Amino acid sequence: MDSNTLVVSSSPHIKSRETTTRIMLDVAIALVPALLCGIIFFGVRALYITVVSVVSCVGLEYLWQKLCKKRVTISDGTALVTGLLLAMNLPATAPWWMVVVGALIAIIIAKQLFGGTGHNFVNPALAGRAFLLASWPVLMTKWVAPFTLGFSVAPDLLSSATPLAILKGTAEGQLPSLMDMFLGNIGGCIGETSALALLLGGIYLLLRRVISIRIPLSFIGMLAVLSFLFPGAGMDRLTYAAYSILGGGVFLGAFFMATDYTTSPITGKGQILMGLGCGVLTFVIRRFGGYPEGVSYAILLMNIATPLIDKYLRPTKFGATKRGRSHVA
Amino acid sequence: MSLRTFKGGIHPDDSKTATNGKPIVKLAPGNRLYFPLQQHIGAPLTPKVGVGDAVKLGQVIADSESFMSVPLHASVSGTVSDIGLYLYPTGLKMPTIVVDNDGQDTLSEGIGPKPDPETLSPEEIRAVIRQAGIVGMGGAGFPTHVKLTPPADKPISYVIVNGAECEPYLTSDHRVMLEHPDEVLYGARVVRHLFGLKDAFIAIEENKPDAIATLQEHAADDDGIHIIALKKKYPQGAEKQLIHALTGRMVPSGGLPADVGCLVLNIDTAAEICRAFTQGMPLIRRVVTVAGGAVAEPANIETRIGVPFRELIDCAGGLTCEPGKIIMGGPMMGIAGYSLDVPVVKGTSGILAFRPDEVAVSPESNCLRCGRCVQVCPMHLLPAQLNAYAGKGDYEKCEELDVLDCIECGCCSYVCPAKRHLVQSMRAAKQAVQIQRGKAKAASK
Ligand code: SF4
Ligand code: SF4
Repeated sequence: MDSNTLVVSSSPHIKSRETTTRIMLDVAIALVPALLCGIIFFGVRALYITVVSVVSCVGLEYLWQKLCKKRVTISDGTALVTGLLLAMNLPATAPWWMVVVGALIAIIIAKQLFGGTGHNFVNPALAGRAFLLASWPVLMTKWVAPFTLGFSVAPDLLSSATPLAILKGTAEGQLPSLMDMFLGNIGGCIGETSALALLLGGIYLLLRRVISIRIPLSFIGMLAVLSFLFPGAGMDRLTYAAYSILGGGVFLGAFFMATDYTTSPITGKGQILMGLGCGVLTFVIRRFGGYPEGVSYAILLMNIATPLIDKYLRPTKFGATKRGRSHVA
Repeated sequence: MSLRTFKGGIHPDDSKTATNGKPIVKLAPGNRLYFPLQQHIGAPLTPKVGVGDAVKLGQVIADSESFMSVPLHASVSGTVSDIGLYLYPTGLKMPTIVVDNDGQDTLSEGIGPKPDPETLSPEEIRAVIRQAGIVGMGGAGFPTHVKLTPPADKPISYVIVNGAECEPYLTSDHRVMLEHPDEVLYGARVVRHLFGLKDAFIAIEENKPDAIATLQEHAADDDGIHIIALKKKYPQGAEKQLIHALTGRMVPSGGLPADVGCLVLNIDTAAEICRAFTQGMPLIRRVVTVAGGAVAEPANIETRIGVPFRELIDCAGGLTCEPGKIIMGGPMMGIAGYSLDVPVVKGTSGILAFRPDEVAVSPESNCLRCGRCVQVCPMHLLPAQLNAYAGKGDYEKCEELDVLDCIECGCCSYVCPAKRHLVQSMRAAKQAVQIQRGKAKAASK
């Protein structure tokens, strides 16, 4: 034995087995139920969109890092998760090229240009979705009723209004039952319709301690409370609140998008504030915006507020003195 | 009742089963022992012996006039063969007295029982403790008599003996509590008496129920001794966290336990105080846990101070493979060493030798901002942000974010999925801030 073979590094000398890759893998696993529901309700085309999205995201990250001669980090799993989340936020009717554009915005513009994993200031998948929604509003809201979609999108396919649009009165139609809303048997994006599947995935993430309950609970709770207090005209308070939280991708947003580490506050208090903010903004956008959904924009806005929250909501250090944060000399 | 604890912290696998059931074995010292001159925090010592001098067991071989120091004693009898620079466990070279053991253990004159501490004044008790060379034996090596001399305006109301031993692998305190409970209790009583108190507390993590039972049994006739079970959580044994769990008091930022009326002693330190009075024997030995994947038969070894690590490893059955890392202390806060040819010093609580596959270093990747480090930090700091600012060299910002409060417990690095070297950057930032403060002070004078 000589000192050349000994590792002399700083303590601690043991580390937990947790890795970035393992965490991202857990998120991917947690999305499986939602993806399965998407495929069941919207057909194999949902799977096709998901594959295009994942391959584009991972492929673009790889290409970009190669071109910039940076370390290729696709093995950390973050691009995989972005690809999955982007797909969950798209309608199954989306054309493939639109998915690729979304991936481009997510991976290159929102993530890599800001320095890669951990440095983006908005959720990449949501940035991709928001861009697509602004650029191709019609294509992005071409919902179909469950069990009607073949692999190719028939041009005369009837668009099925989402429950929230009906609720708001911007679309005609019959409100689906609450049970259908819970199961996901409604029109909407691939991964956002089944609250049940998303809840299963969310519980998995909670059990694996990948996320804490703070953001999902304060988000959904706040939205429920506001909807209960200020129900839509002529609606029963409870029913209105139930429709509000079961529709429009609230569960997808609360468990999977708003909890994104990089773009949510780092402290416990901050995370609660983030959830509350998302709840309020979602309610406000839905109620006063010209737009029945609101989850995506609410989360994006809170993403932007995150650095500010982190700056001002710091934990009180152990042994902080009444005289302020200064040290006892 | 839920057990007492603090907020934050981690639950690493405590890896204690290899040694917690093994009685302490005594290691006979070998031919040559090494006595580095500074094994404590404070003033360095000057040798009181020269090369060629004969020394006896328990004889003072180095001392200092400074209050902030303790004398150093020969742990064997023999001859001084060299005084020079030798490797210290932290990797530095340090002036060291080398003694060739004659194997006789001839006792130095004047070693014998001291008067009953109950009859002595606080000053006399402190003098006995200083003269015995006792320091905090958990690692840092703060002179115990200094600790026992808090400022007059800070009365002590809690005497706490720290038997948490929250570092994984280490079981030496555990074994001392099991095998020498009366010595530990004696030490606690001496200190309790010193401060004129009726009570003393011994705090032990719940994963050592046998130690809790043993001490309770031995203290059954003394209702001023309180054995308190604590939740198993790292760093439960960190002074500030321990005090908080036990008393609900928070040592103020930048302050000392005495600021909240507390005094915390290590288990082995309490036992040494006992020996200093009952036998008049200075600190010449200690119990060391030798463990880790590369050690054939992990053990708790009672050794003399000054014996090279290598002899302890041999006593534990030797190495099973080329070690990948050697650590003095526990795996969370211990120091990685360069060599086994360094001596056991007063603060050596453990020697760990890990297999290369146990110490594989994973490369750092980008911080995800996952917040795990924030959740576990027992000082409620923001390790991820401190790490980012330290990386940019923005130490002012680090100071503002209270980097000086970091106790370097390692919880943040332990949980980080991106494997960021958080503690390392805390240390760098703390040093930079302290240097900066020193400069500012010098300039204002
Ligand atoms: S634990 Fe590591 S990855 Fe997570 S916030 Fe802290 S430094 Fe960043
Ligand atoms: S920042 Fe310091 S005190 Fe906090 S967990 Fe890290 S090492 Fe421990």
